[in-house]
Amino acid sequence: MSYLDFLRDYGPRLLDGTLMTAAQFLCATVLAIAIALIAGLMKLSHNRLIRTPAVIYIEIFRGTSLLVQLYWIFFVLPLFGLTLEKFTAGFVAVGMNLGAYGAELVRGGIQSVPRGQWEAAYALSLSPAKRMWRIILPQALVNMLPPWGNLLIELLKGTALVSLISVADLMFEAKQINGSTFLSAQAFGTALIIYYIFARLIVTPFMRWLERVMARRIGRA
Amino acid sequence: MKDLHDLSHYPLKLEGPDRPMVSFRNVTKRYGDLVVLDGLNLDVAEGEMVSIIGPSGSGKTTVLRMLMLETIQGGVIYVDGQPLSHMDRGGMLVPATPRHLRAGREQIGMCFQHFNLFPHMTALGNCMEGPVQVLGMSKQAARERAEDLLEMVGMIDKRDEHPARLSGGQQQRVAIARALAMRPKVLLLDEVTSALDPEVIGEVTGVIKKLVEKYRLTIMMVTHQMGFAADISDRVCFFYDGRIEEQGAPADLFSNPQKERTQQFLSAVKSAD
Repeated sequence: MSYLDFLRDYGPRLLDGTLMTAAQFLCATVLAIAIALIAGLMKLSHNRLIRTPAVIYIEIFRGTSLLVQLYWIFFVLPLFGLTLEKFTAGFVAVGMNLGAYGAELVRGGIQSVPRGQWEAAYALSLSPAKRMWRIILPQALVNMLPPWGNLLIELLKGTALVSLISVADLMFEAKQINGSTFLSAQAFGTALIIYYIFARLIVTPFMRWLERVMARRIGRA
Repeated sequence: MKDLHDLSHYPLKLEGPDRPMVSFRNVTKRYGDLVVLDGLNLDVAEGEMVSIIGPSGSGKTTVLRMLMLETIQGGVIYVDGQPLSHMDRGGMLVPATPRHLRAGREQIGMCFQHFNLFPHMTALGNCMEGPVQVLGMSKQAARERAEDLLEMVGMIDKRDEHPARLSGGQQQRVAIARALAMRPKVLLLDEVTSALDPEVIGEVTGVIKKLVEKYRLTIMMVTHQMGFAADISDRVCFFYDGRIEEQGAPADLFSNPQKERTQQFLSAVKSAD
């Protein structure tokens, strides 16, 4: 069987898997950004009651394995009465895990904004929320975009684990094809290439573009 | 901390037509164990231009920072008669809440050595931010006010530029317009020419001169430029070791300083020039 025959026979399934991977990627990204923002801001609070939950969250999700977290969310939470759809469990686990890493990027990005900006915002009597949202965060965002590019590639690769709870993503389809045809090199080789193309030709250029746009908005370019 | 609890001999507010615009009453500022200002008493009248000079570490910048950015450990600060560092709770002065401080500080504008313009906003955006977000003005009204001020500081042609594309002197002029857009009763200028190249200092001092001569704005200015301070100040305060060592009209203080430390400082500055 030539590789072209392989693609003709199994291409559609791999494409379906790719679309599922893309859906997992997008949902997990949105969740990771939201969690990163909230946990990152909470970690900067002077109030211990606000800061401590964020610290615990970040420690747990950065300090343990994503696969174990995924199994916890899918297999263990139902024992406590919380049952999630496998699609939902998949992106929630990936998003929560990468969100913990993102929280540190948010915290670092905010802390990298010069003190003079805080003082100038305070001197205009902006409220704490407006100070953060209108003055500090836009500048922090520019500083943290490059590491976010890395993080999103990690996130993409992390989504392959959702195949282990039978979400029909790219990895899942590749495994299925391999199981029924034993064309391991073709199945996993194609998956490898698709992940690479996704990361290098879609995620990275998009982040580069975003960096340029943001740099222009801040007047640096 | 005991100073905070014995506030009964401070007035709840300052009244009368002659009341100072800014009043420091026995104000103490500490960072941990380090006493930066000790029992400072200083009144600034409405429309007065006060320059603050002194060696580094003398506490002169702290005077401005206490008004705008920091809390104090003793005494009371009043702005336009009302307590700023404290507030009236049933006839008693108690330390101000962050909200009270922020509200009181709406009456004060401040410009910084390193300008601190918001880099993601244009010159116009910088000047509209406070009026729109804090004063609740409409975008249209805020824009008109901002354009008037940018015109006044000679920056109207650069209104749509981001700070990164402006020179230091231009940025500082925008920063002055941004502070003025809040219509402050008092303007604080913290070494606003210290980070500028010599050839553009004149742009900024020219604007400040206009504020003093044309608008009679109440200004407190920390500066190293003795010539400029002598030129436009109503009064010059020489700070040394957290206290006002000597103060007076610039003609007196600069040409006939009474205290030895003032003489030493002025001759050291002169020989450096």
